[in-house]
Amino acid sequence: MDILNLIRISAKALLRNKTRSALSMLGIVIGIAAVIAVVNLGEGLKQSTANQLSDMGTNLIMVMRANQRRGGVSMGSSNVQSLKVKDCELIAKNAKNITMVSPVVNSGGQLVNGSKNWSGTVYGGSPDYLEIKKYEIATGVNFTDEDVKKYAKVGVIGHTIVEELFDEGEDPIGKTIRVGNIPFKVIGTLKERGENSMGMDQDDLVVMPYSTVQKRMLGVDYIQQIVCSAASEDVAEAAVEEIENILRASHKIPDGGDDDFEVRTQQEMLEMMSSMTGMITTVLVAIALISLLVGCIGIMNIMYVTVTERTKEIGLRMSIGAKNSAILLQFLTESIILSLIGGVIGLLLGIGLSYIVALVMSLPFIINPLWMVISFVSCAVLGLISGFFPALKASQTDPINALRYE
Amino acid sequence: MSTPSIIKVENLKRTFIVGSEQVHALKGVSFDICQGEFVSIMGSSGSGKSTLLNILGCLDQPTAGEYLIDGISVRERTKNELSEIRNRKIGFVFQSYNLLPRTSALENVELPLVYNSDVSHKERHERAQHALELVGLKDRMGHMPNQLSGGQQQRVAIARALVNDPVIVLADEATGNLDTRTSYEIMSLFQSLHEQGKTIAFVTHESDIAVFTSRTIFLRDGHILRDEPVATKSATEALAALPVENDY
Repeated sequence: MDILNLIRISAKALLRNKTRSALSMLGIVIGIAAVIAVVNLGEGLKQSTANQLSDMGTNLIMVMRANQRRGGVSMGSSNVQSLKVKDCELIAKNAKNITMVSPVVNSGGQLVNGSKNWSGTVYGGSPDYLEIKKYEIATGVNFTDEDVKKYAKVGVIGHTIVEELFDEGEDPIGKTIRVGNIPFKVIGTLKERGENSMGMDQDDLVVMPYSTVQKRMLGVDYIQQIVCSAASEDVAEAAVEEIENILRASHKIPDGGDDDFEVRTQQEMLEMMSSMTGMITTVLVAIALISLLVGCIGIMNIMYVTVTERTKEIGLRMSIGAKNSAILLQFLTESIILSLIGGVIGLLLGIGLSYIVALVMSLPFIINPLWMVISFVSCAVLGLISGFFPALKASQTDPINALRYE
Repeated sequence: MSTPSIIKVENLKRTFIVGSEQVHALKGVSFDICQGEFVSIMGSSGSGKSTLLNILGCLDQPTAGEYLIDGISVRERTKNELSEIRNRKIGFVFQSYNLLPRTSALENVELPLVYNSDVSHKERHERAQHALELVGLKDRMGHMPNQLSGGQQQRVAIARALVNDPVIVLADEATGNLDTRTSYEIMSLFQSLHEQGKTIAFVTHESDIAVFTSRTIFLRDGHILRDEPVATKSATEALAALPVENDY
């Protein structure tokens, strides 16, 4: 018996029981759709994280305060006051692979303009801060080195702050608003950037000279972070080493001593983030695979019922000359057809689902072709496995008893 | 006899083991069926006629004795070989028609040829059409079994038994589910097939059906009680003699 004939026989048998075929297919459909949707979304999430991170800065290198032990007591990284403006100056002077450096000191505060107020974050930095972090001036100007020297009470504000503190159409440039009790003049606004991958609003910020934030707002002499821009992505590793050497020397850390700072590149952060999203994706795929397994058990179940219900048909087919192998192949083909059609529908459904979710969550829509192939092949294999035992049972039917079966 | 034997049975025995007991269903049966014969096999239940039919139909194998169909010995054949013999040499007609539901008459008739790879798709179609014409259902080819009367369904089943051009048609109580008028119509069809030279073995327990055949083998308790020619009655005439029913 040729394959085409076999497929015809099986397809006809399936079509005779449309509802049951559709129901048994449903498990596979949902399983495959779940796997495809999760994999595609995970891929999109990864891509989106990468995009957002590269948006965070130009070849960004961040120097953070590290957890430190003093006399066996862990200080907690936020209490460490080891980073100073002097470190920035040393990096700017000595690190050849670094093009821009800015200290970062931030402070929260209530922003007030007349009757309107908003709780925002103030970032203190050097004039390079905006470029390092890839912010662009929309209107007005950035502050200057002169402003840093003079502890000038000037600031550049993000789009969210413009919206919250000013009426529509009102020009914020030149207006004086307050952070807590300190009034400052708005000299520029930033172009809108939207949310990052963690859902944080990147437009909710005020950037001021670091000296102003240090002296006028916080009254401290340390800084919380240093952000730098490497000359290119290729020299990022070398730049990290330079910074580490400069800071170890500056902080007088003996050889073998623990650093009181931590240097991270954008690449490392990207890897960290993708390992996180990767883990989430893996867990979700595992759950989706379980639903696929349940779908297969569903097919096996239905095939067993089908074999019992069609005992008489099997008997008849045998009595008119169907070999045992023909019966086995017929039922096997039926289950493979079921799972393959279910797989294709699930594939399309999964793609559609991930497209819609990507659209809603404004993630990039990416199709992972490898997983499409994997799920399609696994469909065929699962169909084969879940159909085998029922088909075997069918082929071992005794035609004499089967013909008498009611 | 000048005509060749289609079926040759010699000292056929079949023993079943039920629990610890041995049940002898056939205790040594011998007969020949020649080409073109219309034989009825009669007997009450328990006489062994079902067992005999299963063996004749190559669904079962004898415990002892020889069975030749169309000159081929059935003993020590594999399951696959038996399937092939059933497919090429035997046409079955069952009491309960055994048509595939939700499948057209034509496709039901095509079914035996589906399992014969020597028959092309086109030839299968043509032969099935021809078989349906032979049983007088030319205009019902596309009908589903549930759109056909009992008699018509049995005609489809007979067409299915004829489509592979078997050496013998085995009918198992083929009129058992039908009323008298329809039974006579079916017997009339069998008689006309017989006239066209088909070899038919008809298992029944109704003697008024057996009179339409040309020879009867009586079985009792696993033995042949009688094997004798019948003064054949014409089913067509019997049909005409039936009182006219005017209830529809």
